[in-house]
Amino acid sequence: MTEPRRKEDDYRAIARDGAKAAWPICLGYFPIGLAFGVIAGKAGLSPVEIGLMSLLVFAGSAQFIAVSMMTGGAGLIPIVMTTFVVNLRHLLMSSSLSVFLRDLGSWRLALYGYGITDESFAVNLTRFRDEKWDWRRALVVNHLSNAAWVGSTVAGGYAGEFIPHGAFGIDYALIAMFLCLLVFQLRGALYWLIAAAAGGLAVFISILLPGNLYVVAASVLAATIGVLVRRKSKTPEEST
Amino acid sequence: MGLVTYIPRWLPLALLSKRDLPSWFKTWLDFIPASILSALLLPALVTSGEPRHLDIFRPELLVALPTFAIALKTRSLGLTVVAGMFFFWLAGKFF
Repeated sequence: MTEPRRKEDDYRAIARDGAKAAWPICLGYFPIGLAFGVIAGKAGLSPVEIGLMSLLVFAGSAQFIAVSMMTGGAGLIPIVMTTFVVNLRHLLMSSSLSVFLRDLGSWRLALYGYGITDESFAVNLTRFRDEKWDWRRALVVNHLSNAAWVGSTVAGGYAGEFIPHGAFGIDYALIAMFLCLLVFQLRGALYWLIAAAAGGLAVFISILLPGNLYVVAASVLAATIGVLVRRKSKTPEEST
Repeated sequence: MGLVTYIPRWLPLALLSKRDLPSWFKTWLDFIPASILSALLLPALVTSGEPRHLDIFRPELLVALPTFAIALKTRSLGLTVVAGMFFFWLAGKFF
């Protein structure tokens, strides 16, 4: 992908486009970040420690799990191993994104990797595919989301208990965002089929097995089914 | 913890972005986003508890229907998020 040089390719335009794409993520992170800050504070972490953890780990579910394991008195190794397994799904996301980041040098890739979350992945991938999107704008999305996460978790550590629970339906922001991002991905009958298969498998596996492995297992299976179906229905007609 | 969250995010970028991938693998990667989003969403909508069990009578699922319809109709992320929050807030008044 060669970088399209646009007239408005100055930093202000890049920041504006990135912010436009990132605000639903930031909105969605806010209640979860606050909640995390409150819980981590109760588990004995100071706001500074909370901020550092959010900055270094930057993973919602893994951080919640880690804090609950800490309260349960778990040691470092089990916490680190659980974190690793919970975040294995990012292997798949990073692989998908790599197709669009071919021109980036190692340092920029290393920086990009830091910002991959479920949310930034889905927002950026959709934009990479549908419009003129580039790594600069994508990085703005990554880092604004990161700032919102770090900021809201620290705020939760300081003052979380004063914020009313479930205000303005904000707890639904991330689910609504995922619903819309899924709609963006449904670009034909086969995608509907794959999404249905992934969802069904995920529900099935999540009931059978504890933990978060169902995300990776169901996605890998469903995408493989998709490849097999496409291969059967068409003689190798290239469609990317 | 920071390291083990970082490695899965960075490694495929570093390994894959410089190579030519076979077309079946590109197709596979192309299916991953729809799969992952659906695999993250559906269990959140229809299961609850620890250990998880099937629970379809949840406001999360009920609210997902009009929210999904709005996403299909408008294809706007911002509008869908605001509408979803509104429906969820509304559902909270009844449940």
